[in-house]
Amino acid sequence: MNSDDANEGSGGMKVHETAVNAATGPKKRQKSKVSVFFRQWDLQLMVIPGVVIVFIFAYIPMYGVLTAFKEYNLIQGFWNSPWVGFKHFEAFFNAPDFARVIRNTLVIALLKFFIGFPAPIILALMLNEVRHYFFKRVIQTVSYLPNFLSWVIVSGFVISMLSTDNGSVNIALQNLNLIDEPINFLSIPEYFWGILVATNVWKEIGFGSIVYLAAIAGVDPSLYEAAEMDGASKFQQMYLITIPTIMPVIVIFMILAIGNLLNAGFEDILLLGANPILREVSDVIDTYVYRTGIQQLRYSYATAVGLFKSVVNVMLLVFANYMARRSGTSLW
Amino acid sequence: MRVLSPGDRIMVVAIYILLTLLGFVTFYPFWNSLVISFNSGLDTSLGGVTFWPRVWTLDNYRVVFEDKRLIHAFLVTVARTVVGTFTSILATAVLAYGMTKRELIGRKFYMIFFIVTLYFSGGLIPTYLLIRGLGLMNTFWVFIVPTLISVWNMIVFRTFFNGLPEGLQESAKIDGCGNWGTLFRIVLPLSGPVIATLSLFTAVFHWNEWFLPSIYISTEKLMPIQTLLRQILNSRVVTENLSSLDTAAQAALGRMQTITSKSLSMAIMMVATIPIVCVYPFLQKYFVKGVLIGSLKE
Repeated sequence: MNSDDANEGSGGMKVHETAVNAATGPKKRQKSKVSVFFRQWDLQLMVIPGVVIVFIFAYIPMYGVLTAFKEYNLIQGFWNSPWVGFKHFEAFFNAPDFARVIRNTLVIALLKFFIGFPAPIILALMLNEVRHYFFKRVIQTVSYLPNFLSWVIVSGFVISMLSTDNGSVNIALQNLNLIDEPINFLSIPEYFWGILVATNVWKEIGFGSIVYLAAIAGVDPSLYEAAEMDGASKFQQMYLITIPTIMPVIVIFMILAIGNLLNAGFEDILLLGANPILREVSDVIDTYVYRTGIQQLRYSYATAVGLFKSVVNVMLLVFANYMARRSGTSLW
Repeated sequence: MRVLSPGDRIMVVAIYILLTLLGFVTFYPFWNSLVISFNSGLDTSLGGVTFWPRVWTLDNYRVVFEDKRLIHAFLVTVARTVVGTFTSILATAVLAYGMTKRELIGRKFYMIFFIVTLYFSGGLIPTYLLIRGLGLMNTFWVFIVPTLISVWNMIVFRTFFNGLPEGLQESAKIDGCGNWGTLFRIVLPLSGPVIATLSLFTAVFHWNEWFLPSIYISTEKLMPIQTLLRQILNSRVVTENLSSLDTAAQAALGRMQTITSKSLSMAIMMVATIPIVCVYPFLQKYFVKGVLIGSLKE
């Protein structure tokens, strides 16, 4: 009861003060703000621990990014390691691996985008045409499964399917007389990108279609009826009604995808591209950072590479949002 | 009933075929692995096991359940999932509830503070150095503390809490409930669906995480099952590519542990996966809704 009265009291007083003192200046408002802060200590207590945790685990590493400009050395630690400016960035741009890493990152990211981005949309469009409730539900449930599996499991499946001694893919191809000898797919560089992208699509397509399916369900049915009366086929209806209507949703996700462009993947590549033969096609920025940083202990260098990637990603995000804003929908 | 044009009819048939194909391709690898896990290891290495076990055996699972290392890793993962999910959901819900209160001083600042972290991060190396510096390497807490607050989940919770009728919270206040009391006695009991959804996502995250433990944990006492599984499968992959390794690598391989048969690997994989596979279909309507709320925030 007491605290209740106090709350009412300070609340009422605050409104009164704000109205009267708006012109008087911030000084009086500031004083009441601080006292309100302490009065709502129980509320602040809900928030402040969270702020502290996020500060420690998200903001301190952001500051730690400055390691890229130093020659970090475990003995001297972060504060005492000497500054070296852009030395690591120069080293990266001049490294023999640079061209290969950048090329792989771009190729894989673009492949994942041009194939992986439309895939859930197409699945949603297809599912929308299915009238059998039971069939639809079963397919949906099954398609969600890969999303819940870890990459260790998924890569285990892929390796198992493609293996030479027991792999179902090889067995199937041989039974269809398409090949004579089993192919060791995962040791042939030419197949790697295809396998990687296909596996990613397999893992994400079901879950990714959820949002699009919901958006499609939101399209006004009378539009379809009108189109039908005008003689439009289902395909035309899809093309002329469904897709334009869900375009805003597609654009939003496309912006996010572009802002993520240099995130060509990490766990999947690490697991599927483990074979050193594939290094030429599988090394991307993130795996490079992992190798040089964690395995080779070149902390500053690896941080610099990672920072480079983040900066480019932010630029891409801003650019993509700018382009989208000119066309109507945007993130901000 | 609609009259379908021939073009339409073909499209519908094609769709049904493609969807069935998708269903098959999605489910088959899982089924095949299950089949191989129930097949004798020696027989599997002869090749050719596909839709049904050829030589049925429970031996692989017997080995799995008797292997102390695997059981231990399994228990570590269960512990981490339960503790991690519970603490994270609780902490994030409390935070989110605080953030819904308009009278919170600094609310806008806090909001920007949190949202920035969704777009920017320090990266792998700075985070690694931080964890190292905090002394969290090789501790159980490295599984729990860094991921205690999920900004994404906080936003979902906040959206949900804001959607609750205001009258509820007001009447709680009149009855003398403080903020914490209102949260725990009224708001949370009404948040069943959201809690279920976010708990599912968080639990799946904890269950599946293998990479960060691989760099933060070096003792087998704390190794989660996915990381252990990766080690085991990795040694298999290396063996399969034996011919492509140079002499130095082959010598190193000789020093490695015994090779795990494919059937046994599959059995371990199944044990690591079955819990999730059995649970997710029942929570389907929850996570579908969760995904939608999460994306609507955009």
